[in-house]
Amino acid sequence: MEAIHSSGMNAAILTIVTFLPLVGAFLLMAMPRKDRALKWTALIVSIVTFIFSLHLPVHWSHGAPGFQFVLDVPWITSPNIHYHMGVDGISVWLVLLTTFLTPFCVLVSWKSIHGGVKEFFVLMLILETAMLGVFVSLDLFLFYVFWEGTLIPMALIIGMYGHDRRVYAAVKFFLYTMVASVFMLVSIIWLYVHTGSFDYVTIQSAIQSGSIPGFNNAAGYLFFGFFIAFAVKVPLFPFHTWLPDAHVEAPTAGSVMLAAVLLKMGVYGLLRFNTTLFPAQAHQNAPWINALALIGIVYGALVALVQPNMKKLVAYSSVSHLGFCVLGIFTFTQAGVDGAVYQMLNHGISTGALFMLLGMLYERRHTYEIKEYGGLATTMPVYSTLFFMIVLSSVGLPLFNGFVGEFLVLSGAFKAWEWYGIIGTTGVIWSAGYLLWLYQRTFFGEVTHPVNERLHDADGRERLSLIPMVALALIMGVISPFWIRMIDPSVEQALRPSTVTAARWKPPTSVGGSDASASRESGAKSERRFGAGLKASGAKALFRGSTLTRCAEAQLSPDKSGGFHPNSYRRAGEATAILAMVKAGK
Amino acid sequence: MNPDLNYIRILPEIVLSLWGIAVMLIEPMLPQRSAHKSLGIFSFIGTLAAIAASLYQSYDPGVGWFGMIRVDEFSIFFHVLICSISAIVILASFEYLETQNIRGGEYFALILFGTVGMVLMSSAVELVLIFIALEISSIATYVLACYRRNAAASSESSIKYFLLGSFATAFFLYGVALMFGATGSTSIYVISSALQSGQTVAGTPVSQGLAYVAVALMFVGIGFKVAAAPFHVWTPDVYEGAPAPVVALMSTGPKAAAFAVLLRILFGATLNTSNAWFWLVWISAALSMTLGNIGALLQNNVKRMLAYSSIAHAGYLLVAFVARRDIGIGAAIFYTASYAAMNVGAFAVVSHFSRSGERYVNIEDYSGLGRRSPVLAATLTIFLLSLIGIPATGGFFAKFYVFNAALKSDLIWLTIIGLVNSAIAAYYYLRVIVVMYMYEPLPGEDRLQLRAAPGLTAALVITALVTIWLGVKPGMVLDYANRGAVKLMPAVQQSMISPR
Repeated sequence: MEAIHSSGMNAAILTIVTFLPLVGAFLLMAMPRKDRALKWTALIVSIVTFIFSLHLPVHWSHGAPGFQFVLDVPWITSPNIHYHMGVDGISVWLVLLTTFLTPFCVLVSWKSIHGGVKEFFVLMLILETAMLGVFVSLDLFLFYVFWEGTLIPMALIIGMYGHDRRVYAAVKFFLYTMVASVFMLVSIIWLYVHTGSFDYVTIQSAIQSGSIPGFNNAAGYLFFGFFIAFAVKVPLFPFHTWLPDAHVEAPTAGSVMLAAVLLKMGVYGLLRFNTTLFPAQAHQNAPWINALALIGIVYGALVALVQPNMKKLVAYSSVSHLGFCVLGIFTFTQAGVDGAVYQMLNHGISTGALFMLLGMLYERRHTYEIKEYGGLATTMPVYSTLFFMIVLSSVGLPLFNGFVGEFLVLSGAFKAWEWYGIIGTTGVIWSAGYLLWLYQRTFFGEVTHPVNERLHDADGRERLSLIPMVALALIMGVISPFWIRMIDPSVEQALRPSTVTAARWKPPTSVGGSDASASRESGAKSERRFGAGLKASGAKALFRGSTLTRCAEAQLSPDKSGGFHPNSYRRAGEATAILAMVKAGK
Repeated sequence: MNPDLNYIRILPEIVLSLWGIAVMLIEPMLPQRSAHKSLGIFSFIGTLAAIAASLYQSYDPGVGWFGMIRVDEFSIFFHVLICSISAIVILASFEYLETQNIRGGEYFALILFGTVGMVLMSSAVELVLIFIALEISSIATYVLACYRRNAAASSESSIKYFLLGSFATAFFLYGVALMFGATGSTSIYVISSALQSGQTVAGTPVSQGLAYVAVALMFVGIGFKVAAAPFHVWTPDVYEGAPAPVVALMSTGPKAAAFAVLLRILFGATLNTSNAWFWLVWISAALSMTLGNIGALLQNNVKRMLAYSSIAHAGYLLVAFVARRDIGIGAAIFYTASYAAMNVGAFAVVSHFSRSGERYVNIEDYSGLGRRSPVLAATLTIFLLSLIGIPATGGFFAKFYVFNAALKSDLIWLTIIGLVNSAIAAYYYLRVIVVMYMYEPLPGEDRLQLRAAPGLTAALVITALVTIWLGVKPGMVLDYANRGAVKLMPAVQQSMISPR
């Protein structure tokens, strides 16, 4: 894999972004216990981190699929560990998602944390460093350090600042993820012992060249070791049981971080390690992984539907939404994986915002029970409007970000196997069901509890933390190519080794990626069918001229950074199919 | 100068002895109220001077004193380690002595004299001198163990330690005698060549059977000192009763020194009988890990829990002894350093938290410590995470090197036992963290405010930083450990293994 080797600011930027919050944490530790000063410092540190992280998209070299802003220096000689950092189009947005959300997490915790304010913000900033580290590490050991590093601050945030059953939830969260990641550690050490390196790029090329003795026998176990760690984190059905507990008991900022970033670490890990290091095993195991993802989508949605507790409802909706991400990755289609990455960002924004909204309601009434509310639209109009926008984004209404991600994932799923798409699509319907029903019961109708009449609307701080989220959900729905353009080449590259090695085994059905032309044909077929459905639903007006058209056009046109994009040839058929479909819709 | 009377070879021992004598002499002249602090600072400087002295030795390594002392990277490593442990323990003791209302400047002098013994253990290459050094360090710790004179538990602890300790050193001495009988010498290098050639210096054949028995008996003696199963039974009782800072010293200093002796004997003298002691050490390692962790699971007293945990850690360390020697010895040496940092730190927190009369040593007493005393809680968290073996702490690399060495030596079963044990261990360490941070403080006035005193804070910060440093940059210590490991072997073996 070719990486762009950087120097100067470009080499240092990832280190700065990753460790700035940690420096802030030390600063907070040294400060006296004056809550106001502590909060402001935390806020400023997180905002400065975000500003620094903007360096990444601004100085991005477009069209390059490999890692950028790479810094690779030897760290420990025995064992051979490198301080190797870098981001590609997939991880760069996860870094930005993390840095973008942290200031809001600080803001929503402004008034809700009582006692131990200092420790809370210290933990928050340490957690940010650990999460950023997970996304930028290209050395498996470094990755593992950060991966475990997220565990302790998160468990402490849940256990110290959570609700009544916080200790149970914190311990459950810790044990689940800790035990699962031990399997990953075993896999990592196996790879180290047999390649003499922890370096991701080195290990990947060693695997591809087939130069590791005994790899073929062990690969299945190694794949499973990584898979179990990530599947618990995602969480994939049936490893999801820690999630509702952790979410319900965590304080608002903890839930936001958990849903928006920590779960993404699992999906990111599946994409980064499972599919690119072990492509053959990934293809072999794709059917049952996809089955689990589909079960997660439907089961999560059904359980969400019957929850009396809104936080639990949103927690189960995460199980369902994350199922889409996993499904997208294990279709091994360009659209599916693009969509999975995009859906990770969408879920971060929309579910993060949902948890913030619920936290605000909780600060007023100290309950998450849906039956305690009703008719809030009249007493809290601004809050209700913002809530509605976020619900629409989460449901995946066109014009909002959720639509783009889900559409791409589902089009990839249809391409891989029609039934993946058909079952997956029901998830969209379910999510509309439980979220809109939640909205109806909470905000519409008469005010059933007198106490709800006196609730005050969102104040300045709350609006300040919500409006950017809503705006971003809209922007990401309208100009998605801005993001896709950077995601695309890296996904293309991530899929390539699987295309190569996939030839060694016989695909059971016409799984996409194994045979380009066949997949293109079947893809076009399914997209036509899907397009027809959309036409019937009357969504064509919204669809016209929107993201996907531009997306498809961008892929056909010469690359803006100069030269014709190599991907364009391969995916010309795909893009033409989408264009034709959209034009037919006119 | 006559090379046999080179005083540089025993410079740290001389410095520490003189300092200890000076402490004893100065103590009566000081007013009683301020005696603790000034004597403490004076002794602290003494340990620093000893560290400087051993670093000075590194310019001129070699054998001295009629072949009884050997100064090399191995001994310097342990000198610096043991003197640092004593320095930290002295720092952590300042306030402890005040709160426990213990008078007596000889406390610091005893620590210094004990350190002389431990330091000598790591540089001695002659079995009788090793025995004398072992006794010097043991007698000092026997006395230190009973320093809470008013508490019955402390006296019990001291007596137990003394009786069982004397018994164990008798085994060691018996082993030395048999080894002399078998090979005609007590010098480690002469024994080594005698065992290799099968001929004693006098030209008579070596009795291999006698040598095996001798190694086994010496292992019993040292096994007691390092609290390895099945010679571990004294540990929880002694640690529970002894003053907490003394436990910090006992569980690391003499242990490190005893491991140094074990390394010298097993790898320096009797390497080619390794097939004989392989299973001895293997079984002891497996037993120590398992019994230590199971014992710790059942404890409610933090001191006892840490006592069992130290048994388990002795087990992990012994795993490195049976691994391939080119990587195993370095791993073992690194482990002693890393274990010393985290364990001294953990006991320092315990010593401060237990308050006068050591009342608060149960796990439930720790509830809410995270809110009440963030520095103590945060540092204790670091030490416990390191004891678990979480990455980015010294404990992780210590375990990593040991089990990596074990795996590369095809010790699959020992590795599995070790890893399963590490997983079990996580439970009882985490329990303390959960209680500290997630439980409300118990009612009771004197528990509410707990300010970390300056000496203790310094000790905690230093040990915490070292623990993290070993987890982030283990290279320097590991390199030095590996260089020491090479020096450990007899000359013939040294040429076979080059430093990495």
